[in-house]
Amino acid sequence: MTTVEKISATENLVSEFQKTKASLKGFAVLREKAIIEFERIGIPNRKNEEWKYSDASALFKEELQVLGSKFQMKKEDVAKFLVPDLNASIVVLVNGIYSEEHSSLKNISKGVIVSSFSKALNENTKAFSEHFTKYADITSDAFTALNTAFASDGVFISVPDNTVVEFPVHIINIISAKGDQGGLLVQPRFLFVIGGNAELKIIESFDTLNSSTKTICNSVTEISVGENAKVQYYKLQNDCAGIHLISTVTAHQQKNSHFDTNTVTLNGDWIRNNLSILVDAEHCESHLNGLFITRGTQHVDNHTLVDHRKPNCQSNQLYKGILDEKSTGIFNGKIFVKRDAQKTNAYQSSKNILLSDDATINTKPQLEIYADDVKCSHGSTTGQLNEEAMFYLRSRGLSEDSAKNLLLFAFAGDVIQKIQIEPLRIYLEELVNERLKK
Amino acid sequence: MLSIKNLHAGIAGKEILNGINLEIKAGEVHAIMGPNGSGKSTLSSVLAGRSDYNVTEGDVTFNGKNLLEMSPEDRAREGLFLAFQYPIEIPGVSTINFLKTAINELRAYKKLPPMEAKDFLKLVKEKQALVELTTNLANRAINEGFSGGEKKRNEVFQMAMLEPTLAILDETDSGLDIDALKIVANGVNKLRGKERSFVIITHYQRLLEYIVPDFVHVLFNGKIVKSGGKELALELEAKGYDWIKQQELAMGS
Repeated sequence: MTTVEKISATENLVSEFQKTKASLKGFAVLREKAIIEFERIGIPNRKNEEWKYSDASALFKEELQVLGSKFQMKKEDVAKFLVPDLNASIVVLVNGIYSEEHSSLKNISKGVIVSSFSKALNENTKAFSEHFTKYADITSDAFTALNTAFASDGVFISVPDNTVVEFPVHIINIISAKGDQGGLLVQPRFLFVIGGNAELKIIESFDTLNSSTKTICNSVTEISVGENAKVQYYKLQNDCAGIHLISTVTAHQQKNSHFDTNTVTLNGDWIRNNLSILVDAEHCESHLNGLFITRGTQHVDNHTLVDHRKPNCQSNQLYKGILDEKSTGIFNGKIFVKRDAQKTNAYQSSKNILLSDDATINTKPQLEIYADDVKCSHGSTTGQLNEEAMFYLRSRGLSEDSAKNLLLFAFAGDVIQKIQIEPLRIYLEELVNERLKK
Repeated sequence: MLSIKNLHAGIAGKEILNGINLEIKAGEVHAIMGPNGSGKSTLSSVLAGRSDYNVTEGDVTFNGKNLLEMSPEDRAREGLFLAFQYPIEIPGVSTINFLKTAINELRAYKKLPPMEAKDFLKLVKEKQALVELTTNLANRAINEGFSGGEKKRNEVFQMAMLEPTLAILDETDSGLDIDALKIVANGVNKLRGKERSFVIITHYQRLLEYIVPDFVHVLFNGKIVKSGGKELALELEAKGYDWIKQQELAMGS
């Protein structure tokens, strides 16, 4: 039965591609190659080890509309997705399509490009073609292949060497689908190229607006971090009730570069975050942090991969989950230390609190180490709230709820504290606090 | 204020308290002494409402209300305070945030409005001075990285902030050097008053040189076997607990 479904959903999307490919601009050969890979791999189900706990095939049971539909949106609609008190360039995508009308760029220095992906595809500049599809692998991941076949819009950012982009770029992915349209598949594409000695901070949020039907968002992001460059990348999944999201991010690091990322998931029905860091030169630092707070029947799956290919690099991972009701969480963290990557320091920690007997967490660290002079460690804990701490707080007059909130907030705080953009950190502290009270 | 009648209690099916009777009136300071394993900490745990202890028989009333039916937070709101023998560290929870929440929940219980931030900070400063706690608590998590002495001083500081009517000090002297002991005792003495009672649970007489009790009770095998004035503590110090044990054995035989 599952095999039949898999074939039909995959085939449906392949035939959709054949029907629509004439309207997709540029990269025809690449698209054909990508759709062949997609067909070969197929939409994964539980039999696929990488998707063991997240049956993606179940999401694709009904027919989906693959071309983003436009819809009218007011200025106020965007306002509620902004981070308060944050001076940022705002880029708005509506169902995967770049909206010039709702975007506003701030103090973009000379040479910096922040543009729609469709424009970048058309112009196919050197900065674009040198990096597009160079990091996200269409041969091993069905959703990367599918996104690549259909890629038509999204965001392209290019920061030239020696350029510090002062204000963060906040990319707001607004997704909205009405009931009469059937299911919708949105596939935005992102490419961020940060040059040598350059700095960039990106916030990407996924938000749903008046959405009344099933939407799947399959987004693919490639980030190239140049020599000595510093990049912060924050992914926020909060105002996205009802969304089914597969978000694949691949960052490639060059010499002496820093890449810091934080993925915060507070809402969304079904989320799979794939995060891969390719540490491809010496003296790099990578920090991967994540927090997910789930309830109801939410399903949140974080898959990380840190691929240490060169010596003298350091990576740190801290993922925390608070799971309530019948929700499910997954943390799968892979660390490769290749034979050349001597003197690697790689750490990984996954900590989870289950608030209900029906909540589930699956954690799986996978370390593959081929170098002999390295420091690597991983740790995973899952538990309930500390009873002793609860009693201590309650014995001072705090209600059970207040005590619980204080402890959970402290637990989550470890991850939130790592956010380096202050207004974003304050905003997330408030969101987490509110979320824990409910 | 507190009336304990024929209290039997235990943990995991094992009975530890075998019929305790104790009356404490407003303003009194009672010391409860006893050898290890006599039930001292069980008594404080049962009074504070630790859920893993079961009361099998007896009554405890606090200001005329049934204490045993109350949640730990309601006991605190009614004016009970337990200074823990081993105060735990709670990383990530700021002491100031926690105390502000505690005070305002106590005030809400008494139908009082929340305390103004300015008044709260003033109170913190004043009460910190009482136990010579100089750490800037604003940025510190509860007890995190505190020395043993600082933890105990933090307990007395919290007591001063919350102004209970009955404070139970569970082996507050354990692990304290003489200087810290004096500071803690001094803090407690400043909080003594006509309306506030204390139960000082201790193994040694030493603390009672600094906090002079009105009554001393000796706990042995889950029962109060001897009561007297402050001189009883000195007698215990001189003769040791074996004296009590032998007396009990003699009576039992």
